[in-house]
Amino acid sequence: MKAALTPALSVRNLHVATTGTNPTEILKGISFDVNPGEIVCLVGESGSGKSVTSLVAMDLLPKQEIRPTGGAVLLNGEDILTATPARTKALRGAEMAMVFQEPMTALNPVLRIGLQMEEVFLAHRKMTGPDRRQAVFEAFEAVQLPNPPRIYDSFPHQLSGGQRQRVMIAMALALKPRLLIADEPTTALDVTTQKQILTLIRQLQEENGTAVLFITHDMGVVVDIADRVCVMRNGEVMETGPVHELLAAPKTDYTRSLLAAIPSLTPPEPAGEERGDIVLEVSALSKEFRLGNPLARLIGKPDHVVKAVDEVSFCLRRGRTLGIVGESGSGKSTVARCVMRLEDPSSGAILLDGHDISTVQGGALMRARKRLQMVFQDPNRSLNPRIPILESLSEGPMNYGEDRTSIHARAAEVMEIVGLDPTGLLRYPHQFSGGQRQRIAIARALLMEPEIIVADEAVSALDVSVQAQVLDLLDQIRRERNLSMLFITHDLRVAAQICDEVMVMRNGRVVEMGPASEVLANPKHPYTAALIDAAPGRSWDFVAGQPVGIPVPS
Amino acid sequence: MIHYFVKRLLMAIPVMFFVAVFVFLLLRLTPGDPAIIIAGDQATQAQLETIRENLGLDEPLLGQFVTWMGNLMRGDFGVSLISQKPVLTLIGQRIGPTLSLALAAMSLTLFFALPLGVMAAWRHGKLLDRAVMIFSVLGFSVPVFVTGYVLISVFAVNLQLLPVQGYRPLSEGLVPFLQRIFLPALALASIYIALVSRMTRASMLEILQEDYVRTARAKGLNESVVLFRHALRNAAIPILTIVGTGFAMLISGVVVTESVFNIPGLGRLVVDAVLARDYPLIQAIILLTAGIYVLINLLIDLSYALTDPRVRYQ
Repeated sequence: MKAALTPALSVRNLHVATTGTNPTEILKGISFDVNPGEIVCLVGESGSGKSVTSLVAMDLLPKQEIRPTGGAVLLNGEDILTATPARTKALRGAEMAMVFQEPMTALNPVLRIGLQMEEVFLAHRKMTGPDRRQAVFEAFEAVQLPNPPRIYDSFPHQLSGGQRQRVMIAMALALKPRLLIADEPTTALDVTTQKQILTLIRQLQEENGTAVLFITHDMGVVVDIADRVCVMRNGEVMETGPVHELLAAPKTDYTRSLLAAIPSLTPPEPAGEERGDIVLEVSALSKEFRLGNPLARLIGKPDHVVKAVDEVSFCLRRGRTLGIVGESGSGKSTVARCVMRLEDPSSGAILLDGHDISTVQGGALMRARKRLQMVFQDPNRSLNPRIPILESLSEGPMNYGEDRTSIHARAAEVMEIVGLDPTGLLRYPHQFSGGQRQRIAIARALLMEPEIIVADEAVSALDVSVQAQVLDLLDQIRRERNLSMLFITHDLRVAAQICDEVMVMRNGRVVEMGPASEVLANPKHPYTAALIDAAPGRSWDFVAGQPVGIPVPS
Repeated sequence: MIHYFVKRLLMAIPVMFFVAVFVFLLLRLTPGDPAIIIAGDQATQAQLETIRENLGLDEPLLGQFVTWMGNLMRGDFGVSLISQKPVLTLIGQRIGPTLSLALAAMSLTLFFALPLGVMAAWRHGKLLDRAVMIFSVLGFSVPVFVTGYVLISVFAVNLQLLPVQGYRPLSEGLVPFLQRIFLPALALASIYIALVSRMTRASMLEILQEDYVRTARAKGLNESVVLFRHALRNAAIPILTIVGTGFAMLISGVVVTESVFNIPGLGRLVVDAVLARDYPLIQAIILLTAGIYVLINLLIDLSYALTDPRVRYQ
């Protein structure tokens, strides 16, 4: 059959540039095909142009800012770039559909799910009200959403992230489009939910023979879902090939470096049992959030109590890194915020060198804070955009009475330690890349000369190659300065590489704790095992460049 | 929700009390004596004393205040010092035209400002957007009485489409009512159309960047559905805030508009009462305005919950 050979999506020498007097090329002539019944992964780091590619295909580019300047995008042989707006509108949702990254913001918060779902049918099909409703229920069932009538009447904020992404998928696949574009559809989800959504996309794609263009930055996800892979960088396709071929024998240096940067799930052998003194001991720490109001209390209605952290105990030794691992809502960040005293714990003790800081105030709290410093997740938001970084860096030490000249001298030193040029101190945060900004955030913490660094998802917002560098930097600083680190992450691969011990949390409780090599290799608790099992790309050994389970020839 | 409503109504009581104290003191502390105005320039000191005694103005301030508050509690707002008619009757006669004017102005505002704001945001940076913005600057900067006289000169004097001035209540028929209310309402609304269309545009511009707007477009929906169903409802909260406070502030614009168009409303009553230092009347009108203000604020807060299901009041 010849028809089967027509690709569902064929991108031919596509050029896209910004508009304005000084246009920059965002896509520099890329070409690739997505065949019916095939999942093609578009992989690349931020700024590679993968999302722009998907928006061009959907004709959803903000045309005042970015517009195609050459090439063709063929949907079943029909060029999207030259089609009329009315034609692309008719194709959108019916012949090509899209699932977006952030299920929290992709659905309209003020409209009921049922209406948002029915709109797809309203826009493209002539159907009666009851038929539409029935079709919506069937679409919900196809994506395995429980109790479709209840979902139909809900608002987005009443559903979990995973449920919302299922709604998005149901919406995209409702009219059985030939092409589904999924732009990082699982990046914002927990690993266990991610695994379910990936399985669901794979299953529906096989049932309907849909062509899927799957955009991701995560090589683990690529292993789990792709038939073919297209690696992008700076608006160009570096290489294309079937997934196992490309992973096993990458042709370009860029792909090789990308694969090499992926942290292994297997922790390195523990470097000897150096038992330092205990710097931080947390015992039976609990944090409750009470939701209620004075009026309700007056009439004797009990408050709604949420136990974010429930009797958590752990020890952190000098020069060691303890990882707190868990999914969203597990309480891992609340533990960190309690230790930093950014939240007041409800009960329990936080012993810093043997002194309880869980209730101290004033001067004692100020002295304790200097010894604990935090590195936050998003360096775009943790640095004040309006002041030069020297000011951001100096604020802390100045608070503790150090004079400007000595701070400036030390700030220059610290910048060199984190691998940045001290002349950058007078610049503003937006003049640095994401990775550089996170280095600045680390420099800010170091300038306080802390004994403990609390890193809350400190590398989660970074591209994988930058992530590897920042992890190395953190580890190096820890070793050189004999610091202790509390490392909060949702990413087991990252935890495996940087932590000496890990503590797995779920619903505010510790489910398992021990040396990283033991917990991750032989999990005792079923939840830990499930987490490890859900880690994307488990079936592929990135270090050996082959599927897991084949013995490495020695 | 009902809980919240009752709580807010109870909270309005102390607010109204402070307004009452403030108004009472403010009037007593400003220069001007109602007795002199009533008696005229030629009156003797003895005549003034008698008038003051009759009006109860010779009593100490605290005594006057307690008497006034006591009467208020019984629903007695007092009698006008000048016309000797009950204050409530006077207000009752005048409130109809004023409320009609305010409501008509608000309706015109919403009718013009929302579509203008939405369109301006949709055609951001294009000709339509510029035109709306220029109109909006004009609306801000031209005083109400200028707009009023220009409207009269164009529509009533030159084109002779509408009557020059005057007022007919709705009870005398819809057409005469609309004919006479349209121009003053438009004059009064011009500044609010400018304000609300600008706010709508700004709020819409922000919302149009949201992910769910992109989702709506990805479904292949019509642009009008995307704009009005998906974006406008999300943009509503700042717009509602402006509309609500704007409505409460209409009162000041009403005074000028009523005199330009010769409408027998509250505005003229207030001006006359202030000039005559008619204490009971001024106090009652200001209390009434404050009451309306509190009520409108409450309605705005409740309307948030109606537009956004995530807003819940306890």
